[in-house]
Amino acid sequence: MTAVTADSQEAYEAAFDAAVAADERIEPRDWMPDAYRATLVRQIAQHAHSEIIGMQPEANWITRAPSLRRKAILMAKVQDEAGHGLYLYSAAETLGVGRDELLDKLHSGRQKYSSIFNYPTLTWADVGAIGWLVDGAAITNQVPLCRCSYGPYARAMVRVCKEESFHQRQGYEALLALSRGTPAQHAMAQDAVDRWWWPSLMMFGPPDDESAHSAQSMAWKIKRHSNDELRQRFVDICVPQAESLGLTLPDPDLRWNEERGHYDFGAIDWAEFREVLKGNGPCNDQRITQRRRAHEEGAWVRDAAAAYAAKHSDRTTGDTSGQTGEATA
Amino acid sequence: MHTAALALGDDALVLSHRLGEWAGHAPVLEEEVALANIALDLLGQARVLLSLVGDEDELAFLREERAFRNAQLVEQPNGDFAHTIVRQLYFSTYQRLLYGRVAAAPPDTGDEAHETDTARETLRGLAAKAVKEVAYHQDHAEQWTLRLGDGTQESHDRMQTACDALWRFTGELFQPLEGVDVDWRELEADWLTSVSAVLDRATLRLPEGPRATGWAAGAGRQGLHTEPFGRMLAEMQHLHRSHPGASW
Repeated sequence: MTAVTADSQEAYEAAFDAAVAADERIEPRDWMPDAYRATLVRQIAQHAHSEIIGMQPEANWITRAPSLRRKAILMAKVQDEAGHGLYLYSAAETLGVGRDELLDKLHSGRQKYSSIFNYPTLTWADVGAIGWLVDGAAITNQVPLCRCSYGPYARAMVRVCKEESFHQRQGYEALLALSRGTPAQHAMAQDAVDRWWWPSLMMFGPPDDESAHSAQSMAWKIKRHSNDELRQRFVDICVPQAESLGLTLPDPDLRWNEERGHYDFGAIDWAEFREVLKGNGPCNDQRITQRRRAHEEGAWVRDAAAAYAAKHSDRTTGDTSGQTGEATA
Repeated sequence: MHTAALALGDDALVLSHRLGEWAGHAPVLEEEVALANIALDLLGQARVLLSLVGDEDELAFLREERAFRNAQLVEQPNGDFAHTIVRQLYFSTYQRLLYGRVAAAPPDTGDEAHETDTARETLRGLAAKAVKEVAYHQDHAEQWTLRLGDGTQESHDRMQTACDALWRFTGELFQPLEGVDVDWRELEADWLTSVSAVLDRATLRLPEGPRATGWAAGAGRQGLHTEPFGRMLAEMQHLHRSHPGASW
């Protein structure tokens, strides 16, 4: 261990600040401020957890999908989400934390996941609405992260965004089929959009004047745009898409503002948002209970894999090196 | 030919559905990916096979329990991870050996109707593509059989229980299917050799023969199923049946 003197600390900080200012990527071996590391761990872990918990509301419909084509699309999507979770845990691990540690924090409620996944999927149309609105909001949030200052996170985002855009189009297309289908199907689609619209707007986080981490994250170029900017961008994209879907958005105050060149929209129910974040949303308990149960019920499987690996690495070590006893971990 | 396409298509459809039930419940993240991947491969096979017989969605969602021709093995509930892995081992070994033979069969030069030739060629094409997928499925099942069988005492015991519980559903797989010209006895012998070798390496005991002792299950191919199957279909078909004539 070499002590970092005050001088060298300053030199490291200056080099870090210069790299961020020049839009260079920070890589795992580079020096970084402890708070930058901690912020990234928190954000990437929360992102990874969201992918994992986010499998549940959609997996809820895999066994009931109404056609084999839709079933295949949904299975592929849920599989992609598990894959995104894996990329993101790997990115977090480059910052010196382990996946087990992060999962433990998720299971004990010490780390969060996106509030949106605490809402229930009550009809098939919810699967389409999630694809269109929830994935749409996620993409709006994540595309700027492809230029995030931390290299491993930015690269994970490039891969994630490609697949998410695909899911978003499929969700839109599923809703379109419902909207143009029978009256019952159309009503199902409208009901789903009515329930998912406001929670999707909440995905961008609290308003700018209440966002605790925003200023620092923007200075570090982890974040590129404010919550409210991204939310506005999302609304502007969704309004014409809703029109072409033949569906309405549940906001009487939604209208085009010629002066601003943007859509004005109604007030978000921030009290509801805070309740969901506190754990009082419709599915918070259910989601975390299922996640914990899967982990606990899988413990014997993970133990078996570890025991098998230990036995067989003993054998290999013995065979190749002639050593006995001590196995390398 | 329809008999075979329906039976094999139903096998793939039903097993895919069972694997889909694992989504969000797997013991490790990597298995979320693997089980969904296998489920998707099987669903793809089911869609090709059922389309040989008729409309895939009509066949999947509008037939009742007594009209399904899948083997009883694939409809068995997931149980714990050991039961799922053993079901995969038994079935994927069967599929790999069967599809390998179908894919290698010489082109049909018989004097059957033109439509039948097309169906036979489609089945052969499917087998040629699917044999690569099912080789991966079999490898996955074998690797887990080794890890669980030769892992901890608990995993070993769970695996042995699962091997024994599902064994009696395996005999049915080797009832000849009309339109599939393979040597079914030889297929069964090869299956037994392959499964025995894996169980042996996994320190597991080969169960007593299903045909020799106990009650050997198996009339799925005649549309006689086990009780959990009806409930599975109720869930699978509910939404489709609630909107007659709708497209999705």
